[in-house]
Amino acid sequence: MATLEIKDLHVAVAASDEDGGTEGFKQILKGVDLTIRDGETHAIMGPNGSGKSTLAYSIAGHPKYTVTQGSVTLDGVDVLSMSVDERARAGLFLAMQYPVEVPGVSVANFLRTAKTAIDGEAPKLRTWVKDVNAAMEQVKMDTAFAQRSVNEGFSGGEKKRHEIVQLELLDPKVAVLDETDSGLDIDALKIVSEGVNRFKANADKGVLLITHYTRILRYITPDFVHVFVDGRMVEQGGPELADELEAHGYDKYVTAKA
Amino acid sequence: MRDALEVPEGSQVVSHLNPPASYDLADHPAPTGREEVWRFTPLKRLRGILDGEASDASLTWTTSLPEGVTMSTITAQEARDLGELGPNERPAALAVANAGGAVLVDVPAELVADEPLVIDLSGTSADDLVWGHLVFRVGHHAEVTIVVTHTGSARYCATTSYLVGEGAQVDVVSLQDWDDDAVHLGRDAISVGRDARVKHTSISFGGDLVRMHANVSYAGPGGESELLGLYFADEGQHLEHRLFVDHDAPRTQSNVLYKGALQGKGAHTVWIGNVLIRKVAEGIETYEENRNLVLTDGCQADSVPNLEIETGEIEGAGHASATARFDDQQLFYLRSRGVTEQEARRLVLHGFFHDLIRKVGVPSLEERLTATVEEELSKNVFRADHVAPVDQPTVAAEAGA
Repeated sequence: MATLEIKDLHVAVAASDEDGGTEGFKQILKGVDLTIRDGETHAIMGPNGSGKSTLAYSIAGHPKYTVTQGSVTLDGVDVLSMSVDERARAGLFLAMQYPVEVPGVSVANFLRTAKTAIDGEAPKLRTWVKDVNAAMEQVKMDTAFAQRSVNEGFSGGEKKRHEIVQLELLDPKVAVLDETDSGLDIDALKIVSEGVNRFKANADKGVLLITHYTRILRYITPDFVHVFVDGRMVEQGGPELADELEAHGYDKYVTAKA
Repeated sequence: MRDALEVPEGSQVVSHLNPPASYDLADHPAPTGREEVWRFTPLKRLRGILDGEASDASLTWTTSLPEGVTMSTITAQEARDLGELGPNERPAALAVANAGGAVLVDVPAELVADEPLVIDLSGTSADDLVWGHLVFRVGHHAEVTIVVTHTGSARYCATTSYLVGEGAQVDVVSLQDWDDDAVHLGRDAISVGRDARVKHTSISFGGDLVRMHANVSYAGPGGESELLGLYFADEGQHLEHRLFVDHDAPRTQSNVLYKGALQGKGAHTVWIGNVLIRKVAEGIETYEENRNLVLTDGCQADSVPNLEIETGEIEGAGHASATARFDDQQLFYLRSRGVTEQEARRLVLHGFFHDLIRKVGVPSLEERLTATVEEELSKNVFRADHVAPVDQPTVAAEAGA
């Protein structure tokens, strides 16, 4: 089973990081409540600057963000007291909007090191190479990518596919996808969506899909849609809420706030 | 009469970046330390090299020459007549004046060497003052890899010219793997022939003070140069690399990447990347990059890219310089995949150097370089108590507060 529970989450960032201010901390998340249970896919939609990505990075433990209040638990275990790598080993995965380039570290080495860390033992060599190749082929990535440096010189679409390869191989309990759809052409969007759907089809998996646009929701059907404005959820509903957002945009929520 | 080099009327541009070439010592007075080209160098630690005393001490030469390559001794005047690049600073001028002639290594035209041309130079004592003057002449369309290594100890001051003929392909590696007390002032000056390709890699690990120049100019259009560097400064070491790429012909290219790491009190590295694009040099492309990784407190990495452009008709010109501790984004990315912080650091460091080592392209050296880097790293960074703290409080720690 896998239940990610976020309660009353408040997150701040050092103001100087954002706008050179000297005021100390700037509050970005202002009380987020969200529970993702087994087999559920939640979409969080919101305008730019609403704090969607902050939520994703806070769950993963990025040092830039400081939790000032609230809790995050995975199957009842406190996530916030874990280091970044402990969270990953506990079963959380963050597919990043801008995957980082790591020059000189091959994809093959990276994947094997990560898999070893997650499983606590090195994968069996014979099946592992097959698994890696299969995961790459499923997202239509040439297996030659395994010998290239992590994300270095990859196109935007290749970076996102590489994230999906990792999702497939590392097999977390809960996947947080931060604007995985941004910058993808329609073919890449379909390939990436299929990867997420394969992951979803496994038992006991949770998905948190953060997106600005509705188009990825044509390929990945969410069970719940949340509208996120100014650091908190302002509306929740089923997939039909996405259609409404598609038709009317975020104006209603942004104006209501102002 | 001044002994400045003769240059065609109008082509002599006095670059702000580099003094003009001259064999006349009077044109290269002893520095005070305030000069732009000397301000980073601790002159005292040159241990009198710049006084220019005569000396007949020498290094031990061990050579491995591919078939067809010859080695001979020529006079300084003959070296000059071959068209070597004249000295543009005092150490090179002193080396020419004091070496008593040059060693000429000849790679005949169209020779394709299967084995690298290796010259191992080794000294026995830092009390020995050794002057060196070398000329490598690579004939047109030849293909050769030249490896020059420096080990042991000496006070060594040398100038080396690489005269690369039309269409030739040359890989040069200069390895400074000296003992702790060595002092080395070196200048590698490369003339890239029309449509020739040269890769020059300078690697400095050892020595108390190492100051290496890599100068490139183009004898015709279409030449390409790639200048790579790798250095690792430990406690008290001064490692300085100064580049000057003189785009003096059209449609030429240069690509510079130097990577270095520093650890220990007083470790000091200097990287100066000067690129001059002359008026005649239309359609050229240049990019230079220097990355430094600071592993402990108490180190200093100076990094100065300079781009001087006299024509607007270029394909591209750019530079980048970064000096940092570990890249927090890289560490976060790896850790978000479950990799522990220590293992993530190891991967990033490995990658940092491997990225450059694999570009050197001399398989026989790669293993040695990787091993040396490993050895350097093991001195410090894998011992957790010596690892410089990364400014990276965990969210958990903050949340608990």
